[in-house]
Amino acid sequence: MDENAVSVENKQYIVVKLDDEQFGIEIGYVDNIVRMENPTRVPKAQPYFLGVINLRGEIVPVMSLRLKFEMDMKEPTSATRIIIIKTEQNAKLGIVVDEVREVVTLSEEDVEKNAFDSSKEEPSSLTGVGKYGETLISLLNIASLLNDIDSD
Amino acid sequence: MDISQYLEIFIDESKEHLQTLNDQVLILESEPENEDTINEIFRAAHSLKGMAGTMGFKRMQRLTHDMENVFSEIRNGKMNVTADLVDVVFKCLDALEVYVSSIQETADEGTEDNDEIISLLNGCLGSGSKQESPAEQPKAAPAETKPASSSDTDKMKFKQMAIADFERNAITEAQATGKHVFGATVYVQESCILKAARAFLVFKGIESIGEIIKSEPSVQDIEDEKFDFDFSMFVITEKSGEDLYKAVMDVFEIEECVYEEISLSDAPVVEEAKKEDVKDTAKTSENTGEDTSKKPDKKPAGKPVVNRSVRVDIEKLDDLMNQVSELIIAKNGLVSVGAVEGNSQGFDEQIEYLERITTSIHESVMKVRMVPIESVVNRFPRMIRDLSKKLNKEMELIMSGEETELDRTVIDEIGDPLMHMLRNAADHGLESTLERIQKGKPQVGTIRLNAYQDGNNVTIEVSDDGAGVDVEKVKASAIRKGSITEEQAAYMSDKEAVDLLFMPAFSTAEKISDISGRGVGLDVVKNKIEGLGGDVEVVSKLGEGTTFIVRLPLTLAIIQALMVEIRNEKYALPLNSIDTVVDVPVSEVRYVQSNEVINLRGTVIPLIRLDEILDCEPAESDSESLIVVIAKKGDKQAGLVIDNLIGQQEIVIKPLGKYINIPRMISGATILGDGEVALIIDSNTLV
Repeated sequence: MDENAVSVENKQYIVVKLDDEQFGIEIGYVDNIVRMENPTRVPKAQPYFLGVINLRGEIVPVMSLRLKFEMDMKEPTSATRIIIIKTEQNAKLGIVVDEVREVVTLSEEDVEKNAFDSSKEEPSSLTGVGKYGETLISLLNIASLLNDIDSD
Repeated sequence: MDISQYLEIFIDESKEHLQTLNDQVLILESEPENEDTINEIFRAAHSLKGMAGTMGFKRMQRLTHDMENVFSEIRNGKMNVTADLVDVVFKCLDALEVYVSSIQETADEGTEDNDEIISLLNGCLGSGSKQESPAEQPKAAPAETKPASSSDTDKMKFKQMAIADFERNAITEAQATGKHVFGATVYVQESCILKAARAFLVFKGIESIGEIIKSEPSVQDIEDEKFDFDFSMFVITEKSGEDLYKAVMDVFEIEECVYEEISLSDAPVVEEAKKEDVKDTAKTSENTGEDTSKKPDKKPAGKPVVNRSVRVDIEKLDDLMNQVSELIIAKNGLVSVGAVEGNSQGFDEQIEYLERITTSIHESVMKVRMVPIESVVNRFPRMIRDLSKKLNKEMELIMSGEETELDRTVIDEIGDPLMHMLRNAADHGLESTLERIQKGKPQVGTIRLNAYQDGNNVTIEVSDDGAGVDVEKVKASAIRKGSITEEQAAYMSDKEAVDLLFMPAFSTAEKISDISGRGVGLDVVKNKIEGLGGDVEVVSKLGEGTTFIVRLPLTLAIIQALMVEIRNEKYALPLNSIDTVVDVPVSEVRYVQSNEVINLRGTVIPLIRLDEILDCEPAESDSESLIVVIAKKGDKQAGLVIDNLIGQQEIVIKPLGKYINIPRMISGATILGDGEVALIIDSNTLV
């Protein structure tokens, strides 16, 4: 174990909540977190897209993580936030979550990569499950999420 | 040495030089004796060679060098310009273009040696002039600096400078007041890339301690980098020669500086020596066909003044543009606040003031982004010449309005469509020379490209005086391809039939040539132009010719729009595609083939329910009348049904971002005064 510790990489995650499940988003992807605002609907967009918002003069498409994960739609509350993801191509995407909890640092040891059956056909929407104290955090695979959206 | 930072400049300038070469060689073809042209060509070829050499592109340098040799012979009157020669030169220019584009893509010139072209060039030399040594080195500079470094006196090139009367007076005066007058020659390191900048620093350094009364080459030439690796000058200063030396050597990349205090008695003698010297260099340079050393001297005085311009990264302009956009949004915000409060007169005045400023800033920024279409169309004469040879048709291209300006983004995109239309005109439009003679038309076919500004649009017309579009042939071809039925064809107006040309995979040419006629063409042209927010139209008269009319918006980023409401959502409709807005009682809506239409002043116009197309929630109650925006696209019209009119507003077009799927009818989004986002409906896709 100790020899592993040398090469262990610590990664920071923003922990968000959908209902009672906690998800982690790698902090490198996160550009900004803003309060929920009313998006402008875009006709004929993918069903999980709520529309577009104005982020300081830039138009940013906003999707609902709940709808993407086929959960029920929920009215926004005062805790609802939009996480602005910035991708490698400098494109931005807003992800609506129920609540933003905290920022945690997980070392590689804390992450269980094989929690999911890799034989599943679909590319996993999670990179693994992180253990932070007593709580479990599902770590979102943003890259595959973006790929997934692209192909829709 | 890291040259990557100069690569961009190199590519830009190489392209410019190649364009000049192409233009001038075209002129030369028709006026083989034009000396200005030959000089111009020689200058461009020489600069190109120098640049390629500095950047270490040996193959490119070698090719340009051999080309330059040919022009050197022509310039010296030892060779005549022949048709074969022009062909070879064009081949050579094409090969150079390949080098440049390869460098642009990979920062490497590739491995093509183009030996064939080089031997063709040398063949021209061999046949036209008496002798030429092929083993001669491309770079003459080392050969020339070597003898110079042999002794110190030779290095003092300033001794060869002529002294004019007024300079003589200045020197006498200076010496009378106890100042020193030095002659100095400064040598720049040969590895130095920005020679002009170094020279400038040298001048600056010297000017801090004294006054430069004369320099050779002239300051202008030095600034333009029109010197080899040394330049000379006379300096009047109160300081000592050592101070002068120090000031010069403080500049980075300066090889050496030689100086001597001069007295006037030397001057006349020196002047004679100079003459001899020039003769010498002239002799040697004629032998080698290379005359870099005397080039600055030979510059005609009437050299065009350098453009007062700077190169600006387009991204910086985009940033500026975005900031102006922001300003406009902020202004719109204030306007809407003002409309609510609305009672303070001072506030209104200030808003009007702000509005004036934003409008004029917007205009200036737009102007900065404007580029004359010349930069796109200047390659067309060459293309038509080549096509003329290839197709064996006599034709000429007459261009006008090249100075018409368009937004940079439009300019970048418009080249291919225009080229397509010109090829089309050359290949399909114009008849063969024989046919033209039979028809009694002038033997030489004419293709015209005319550009002009028309309100908020720029119109580009491409016309030919060829056979025109045979409507029946087009219809027959469309029926054969199954695009239309025979009945449809029978009822089709000529204009509609001509528009069939823009259908995908449509070509009436029986023969497929490698120029055009593969059927990929006009539909692509149309798509591209519509993608730029413009439209294209064909006017044709059988037997007399065809004209393609392209209309493009002046700017893409900021437009006037009509803001409308559908349910509780706001949308923007670009004003330039809107005819009128009418109120239509529901009872006047008629049905044609179960589609809703209205009859507006005798024209039947189909109705489009925007709420249905945009998937809005159904209306709660049926109103008694409809608000209909009449949108137009060419001759076609459609009535867009909306719920409410908000008014006219200047809007900034923004992209919707990646990832989200956007229907074709939404062309972008804009931010309203209150920060809300409204989508822009492209009515062209609906009509």
